[in-house]
Amino acid sequence: MPGTLLEIRDLKTYFFTEAGVVKAVDGANVDVKPKETVGLVGESGSGKTVTALSALRIIPRPGKIVTGSVTFDGEDVLAKSEEQMRQLRGAKMAMVFQDPSSSLNPLYTVEKQLSDILMLHRKLSKKEASQRAEYLLDLVGIQAPKTRLKAYPHELSGGMKQRIAIARALSCEPSLLFADEPTTNLDVTVQAQVLELMKKLQHDLGMSMVMITHDMGIIADMTERVTIMYAGRVMEAADTKTIFHDPKHPYTEALLAAVPRVDQRKILEVIPGNIPNLIEPPPGCVFHPRCKYAKQACIDAVPPLEEVGKGHWAACVRWKEIRLRGV
Amino acid sequence: MPKPLLEVRSLFKHFDVIERGIVGRKKIGIVHAVDGISFDIQRGETVALVGESGCGKTTAAKAILYLEDPTSGEVSFDGVNVFETFKTGDKATRLKLRRSMQMVFQNPYGSLDPRMTIYDIISEAFLVHKHVPKEKWKDSVYEVLKMVNLEEYHAERYPHEFSGGQRQRISIARALAVEPSFVVCDEPVSSLDVSIRAQILNLLAELQKSRGISYLYISHDLSSVRQISHRVAVMYLGQIVEHANTDDLFGKKLHPYTQALVSAVPIPDVEKKTMRILLPGEVPSPINPPQACRFHPRCKYAKDICKTVEPKLEEYESGHFAACHFAKDFM
Repeated sequence: MPGTLLEIRDLKTYFFTEAGVVKAVDGANVDVKPKETVGLVGESGSGKTVTALSALRIIPRPGKIVTGSVTFDGEDVLAKSEEQMRQLRGAKMAMVFQDPSSSLNPLYTVEKQLSDILMLHRKLSKKEASQRAEYLLDLVGIQAPKTRLKAYPHELSGGMKQRIAIARALSCEPSLLFADEPTTNLDVTVQAQVLELMKKLQHDLGMSMVMITHDMGIIADMTERVTIMYAGRVMEAADTKTIFHDPKHPYTEALLAAVPRVDQRKILEVIPGNIPNLIEPPPGCVFHPRCKYAKQACIDAVPPLEEVGKGHWAACVRWKEIRLRGV
Repeated sequence: MPKPLLEVRSLFKHFDVIERGIVGRKKIGIVHAVDGISFDIQRGETVALVGESGCGKTTAAKAILYLEDPTSGEVSFDGVNVFETFKTGDKATRLKLRRSMQMVFQNPYGSLDPRMTIYDIISEAFLVHKHVPKEKWKDSVYEVLKMVNLEEYHAERYPHEFSGGQRQRISIARALAVEPSFVVCDEPVSSLDVSIRAQILNLLAELQKSRGISYLYISHDLSSVRQISHRVAVMYLGQIVEHANTDDLFGKKLHPYTQALVSAVPIPDVEKKTMRILLPGEVPSPINPPQACRFHPRCKYAKDICKTVEPKLEEYESGHFAACHFAKDFM
C-alpha cells in the first residue's frame, strides 16, 4: 500500500523449542503510516512483542521468521543482510523496552550509552556526541542533564531510567519507534509524565509509533489505530474510535467488558478460561474455547481476516450475524 | 455505627538505615515507611489502601497482621489487641487470632511452594490449625477448591501446572481454608492478564457476599479499587492523605495528590479524555520526607503554611477525611 511506512504481511514467527514448535506469531498483519501511532494490544503470549522484534529482526533464539514479509520505507527488511540491519536499527527503527532496568547497561554511564549510538550512526566525535546526549536528556525532561550524564543506571529512579531509554531510542531521530509496554513498570503519576512526553516528542519529531500494551486506557488515549492480537493472531484492526464503539470481534468486546475503569463502577464480565497453549493452539479460531458466540464453524476452520468496514478488519466467521457491544 | 471489626490506631513502622563499616555498623537514618496511620474496617467491608510504590501500603498491611514488628501503634481485631496477643499470648490464642486474619500475596508464582501439591498446600492449614479432623481433610480441600471455581482433580497437581489466574485462586483457597473473617489482599490482580483480572475481582466480591469476609485491598491500580472497595484510603509517603467512601472519594477529591493520582489513570473510553494533572519531580525519599505537608514540594496549590504546619487528617464531610490546609477550596 502506498503511503505506508511499515507493512507487515502474514508474518509467522515460530520458536523451535524442545517441547515443540511455539507459534508465537501465526499470521500477523500490521500497517503503520507516517506520523501515526498504532496500538498493538494483547495479553501475555499474544505475540505483540515478537511481532515488533520480528520487524527489527532481533528475535531471540530459538525463534525464526517462518514466512511473511516486512516492508519498511519501501524496502524489504527480511532480505537485508545483518550489516544492513545494523544500519537500520537504532537509526531509522528504534525500540523502547518494558523494563528499563534491564535494557540499560549497568556498567556504563548514561553518557556512554547515549553517545555510542550517535558515534556509530551519526559519525559524531566524542565531544559532539556528548553535547547531543546532554541535549537529549533535556529533551526528555531530565533536570540537571550535565550531572546526570555521569550517572550509572542504578543511581536513577525507574521513571528516569525509562526517560533515558526513550532518549536513547530517539537519539538518531528514527522514523519509527516501537514502544513495548513502556510504562507498565512505572507508577501511575510517572506513567502520566512518560506518556505525555512520548506524545509531545512524537508530535515534535514527526515520527510514527507502535505502542505495544495490554492497557485499553493507554490505547484510547494515545493511538489513532489499533491492532488487537490474541494467541499469535490478529483478531481485529481498525481506527481506535471504531474499535471502542463498534467492535466486530467477540474478543475485543470481551476485553472491553472485562476491564474496570476509574471513572465508574460497572459489572465486570468475565472471560472464562485461560490463554491457550501456543504449542497446540485450539483448532479453528484460537479464541473459540472462550467465546460465548462460538459455533461449530468456529472450530472447523481458521477465520480469515476480512474487511468488515472501511479500514476495519476482523477475523470472525460470525461477524455478520452477531451484534457486539462497544463502550 | 456498629463496632468495627478492625481498628488501626497511630500505626508506625520505621526501618533503620544501617551503614556497614570496617569496624562495625552505624545507624545513618530512618525510613519512615508507615508514619502514623489510623483507619477502621467494618464487617463485610472492603477498604482499599492505595498509593504508589514506596508509599508504605504493603508495610502497613504486614504490620497490621504482625508479619512485621511495628514500631508503635495499636491494632484491635474483634476487640482483641493484635500486637499484645502475638507478642505475649500463648500458642493457642495466637493461632486462633492468626486463623481469623489471612493474607493473599501479590505474586502467585512466589507464594506457592513448587514442591507441594495443591492438596498439601491447602491441607497444611488444617495441619497447623487442627480445626478439621484428618478424615475430613479431603472433603474440605475439595470444598475450598470449589469455592474458588477449581475442580477436585486439581488437588493432585503441582503449582507449575497452573496459569497465573489459577494460582491466584489457589492462594485465595489457601487463605479461605481456615475460615478467616478478614483477608489482606496485596495487589492480588496486578500480575495477572487483563482477561483474568475480572475473574479474580468478581470471585473476591462473591466470597465477600457469601461469607461476609472483610478485605483490606492493597493496590496501586485505581480502576480495580473503584470496582471492588467500599472505602478508600490514599497513602503518600507513609501517611494517609485522604480517606472516604469510594464514590465520595472519586466524586470529590479533596487532596491535590488524590486529584493527580486519579487524573493519571487512562480511561478505556475514546470519548473521555481526562485532563492529566502532571506532578513535577518524583516521590521524595521516605528517609528524609519533606517537612510539614509531605506533598508540598510537588503541589501546585502549596502556600507558605504547607511548608511550616503539618495538615491534620480532618473530616470535611460525613466520613470524608483529608489532610490538606486547602481541602475546603476543593469542595
